Amino acid sequence: MADIFDSYRLAAAWDEMFAAPGQPRAPYLSLFATLQPLSGVDLRFRADQLARVFTDRGVTFAYAGEERPFPLDLIPRIIDAAEWDMVTRAVRQRVTALERFLADVYGRGSVLDDGVVPRRLVTTSAHFRREAYGIEPANGVRIHISGVDLVRDEAGQFRVLEDNLRIPSGVSYVIENRRAMTQTLPTLFADARVSPVDDYPARLLAALRAAAPDGVADPCVVVLTPGVYNAAYFEHALLARLMGVELVEGRDLVCSGNRVRMRTTQGEQPVHVVYRRVDDEFLDPLHFLPDSVIGCPGIVNAARAGTVTLANAIGNGVADDKLLYTYVPDLIRYYLSEEPLIPNVETHRLDDPEVLRHVLSTLDTLVLKPVDGSGGKGIVIGPAADESTLDSLRATVAADPRGWIAQRPVALSTSPTLIGNRVAPRHIDLRPFAINDGDDVWLLPGGLTRVALPEGALVVNSSQGGGSKDTWVLAAEPAAAPPRPRTATRTVEVVPHDVAPRDAGAGPTGSQQ
Amino acid sequence: MLSRIAESLFWIGRYVERADDTARILDAFLARLLEDPWSDEDAACRSLLAILGVSATDEKRLTAGDALERLAFDVDDPSALAGAVAAARENARGARETISSEMWECLNVTWHTMSTRRRAAERLGPALFLSFIRERAAVLAGLAESTMSRDEGWRFLILGRSLERVDMTARLLSVQLLTSDGPGDWRTVLRACGADESFLRTHGGTLEPARVIEFLMLDRLFPRSALHALTTAEQCLRELAPATERSGVRDAARRPIGQIRTRLEYADVTGLIEELPAHLRALQQACAACSAAVNNRYFKHAAPVVWAHEGS
Repeated sequence: MADIFDSYRLAAAWDEMFAAPGQPRAPYLSLFATLQPLSGVDLRFRADQLARVFTDRGVTFAYAGEERPFPLDLIPRIIDAAEWDMVTRAVRQRVTALERFLADVYGRGSVLDDGVVPRRLVTTSAHFRREAYGIEPANGVRIHISGVDLVRDEAGQFRVLEDNLRIPSGVSYVIENRRAMTQTLPTLFADARVSPVDDYPARLLAALRAAAPDGVADPCVVVLTPGVYNAAYFEHALLARLMGVELVEGRDLVCSGNRVRMRTTQGEQPVHVVYRRVDDEFLDPLHFLPDSVIGCPGIVNAARAGTVTLANAIGNGVADDKLLYTYVPDLIRYYLSEEPLIPNVETHRLDDPEVLRHVLSTLDTLVLKPVDGSGGKGIVIGPAADESTLDSLRATVAADPRGWIAQRPVALSTSPTLIGNRVAPRHIDLRPFAINDGDDVWLLPGGLTRVALPEGALVVNSSQGGGSKDTWVLAAEPAAAPPRPRTATRTVEVVPHDVAPRDAGAGPTGSQQ
Repeated sequence: MLSRIAESLFWIGRYVERADDTARILDAFLARLLEDPWSDEDAACRSLLAILGVSATDEKRLTAGDALERLAFDVDDPSALAGAVAAARENARGARETISSEMWECLNVTWHTMSTRRRAAERLGPALFLSFIRERAAVLAGLAESTMSRDEGWRFLILGRSLERVDMTARLLSVQLLTSDGPGDWRTVLRACGADESFLRTHGGTLEPARVIEFLMLDRLFPRSALHALTTAEQCLRELAPATERSGVRDAARRPIGQIRTRLEYADVTGLIEELPAHLRALQQACAACSAAVNNRYFKHAAPVVWAHEGS
């Protein structure tokens, strides 16, 4: 019988769903069985339903100046419990090491004195903020929220592609994707034990409250957004709504005497924790860009005085500089005396003239990335680039070797994706979201799987034509007894409804009161 | 106004609120069932049926599909969503000259569209059907708000709606008490009352069960809290039978509502939560008593007389 996966041709990469043509991997068996009988037209119809749900709910991002629904593919990506456990430990390890590094760089500086990371690297990093030196966050946390991008290489091994420690975005899509999927395709969930994702807002709020300045019993938490024109405004509003806190803009805040307050109808109310979704440069015109109108003048001084906590802290960008990325395995060994659980992608540092010369002569076999870029901007994939692009790249890199890194091109793993009425392999990555509350680094089970929709494309960012997939982390089977012994034992007494006397005429019980 | 018309409006209020609340409860609990990998489908469905006043006698295991069939699609049972809509429409048909034609059309269109929506829901998931019902209930509420004079008819409609709301909130909480085990479940309860976002804005994201109970029972500002609905019902009853009694309240409909309202309003919160099951029972009994008294006082029926021909 012809089915939707018959024409699926595996690409030259690790496929998430199929070990071989027609042979799904174990976690995908039940999904495969559910999808197989459906026709391409039927799948397309449901995919359009999904898109409509997103448009109706306003789940959009700004693309080329217009609001578009973020494309959600209806075939989920599945990770089993054991593998997720490994990812959790690896991300926790990485975030812990990077926290220690930031505390060190903006404090004693032993990591520089010990020569683990060259001092020059830190001081030349575009996102190193001298202004953050000596600011002690209340519970020691600087990376309250992080998104460590993972990819799976040709052999199926997870690798870290980059760390996002400033204002990683995308978690709203995780929440909305699940909501849309359970609404539109409830049958897919019938036989799967998928870990829920709706704990995130509560966890985030708990971590933000835990980060409040000392001595504040009932902290006031706010989300600071650049405003409705920001590409991620939808996410800012969603998180504020789900946490039940105010969504403020810079102009709603006022700072005096090193204290931050917000203007309300009841006068100025103190603010203790600011989950800010505004970049460092725009956050405080007194310290950074003086013409920023979306920041709050004085907020950095307030943070230094310890009356307000900024989440994430300023200056975190030095730790997700892509050149520093190459040192993270060393940092894990240095701070934690552990071996990294998930390796980096093989990367060349260009500050060595020897390496630089080699890289410049083999540009067509490498991926070049600007060290401070985000959103996939500026990345050049050598094997796919034409001669003139490579020439101009060669000149740019030679002029500013500190500004670039070179990586082996990894053929990201593929996942079956609905394109038109057919299913075809497309490359994907994974951004798990981690929340650090000072005691523990918690991972949202699932995270955001982004998919590069053009055939063969390796850049998954939404600003580059990417979509996403609902990401399922399968729950571990409950150990011995089911965790809810209540189920069969207690029966609930039925209390019948009142009905209008004339409607009850037919029933044997008559008018019930 | 005619007793018969008043009665129809009272029941339109009750049935539409029942359909709305049932849709909300089903939506929230079904989503939970799908999102929570550990839930026991059979037990969850049985609780759900029991909350909503439908007894499940079957020995076979219940699935979400069975629950939907009984609670959403059954047109003949006014405890089910479709049945409540049908009953509301039936009542509206008998009162067409009193309610605005827009309200009648709204109910009539809802009733006629239900079967198409049901077929679509069978293909594309129940959310489609449930959100349709909720939207239509909201449209009806909006039309009543903007087209009805604030006369007796309006008061009966609102009285019916408020009593049903108290009853549904009590049902929801009593089952939650029997089956709760985790903060996730309390979020479901809030969602089922349409209260999740309002609660978050009031109390923040920490879901303490005590706070949730307090919110759904005692909040003075949230329109679906038991206290708010009781206050509204009491107000309607007072306006229906204005009296200047020196002492006491002789109105048998208002008395149980006033008693339970004051009991809640001045209750000690910790005590209330400890004795919640008793309070919930009392709430439901008060609603039933009030409904019966309203029926006795305002909706007098001529008992149908059965004539027999002599010699037959």
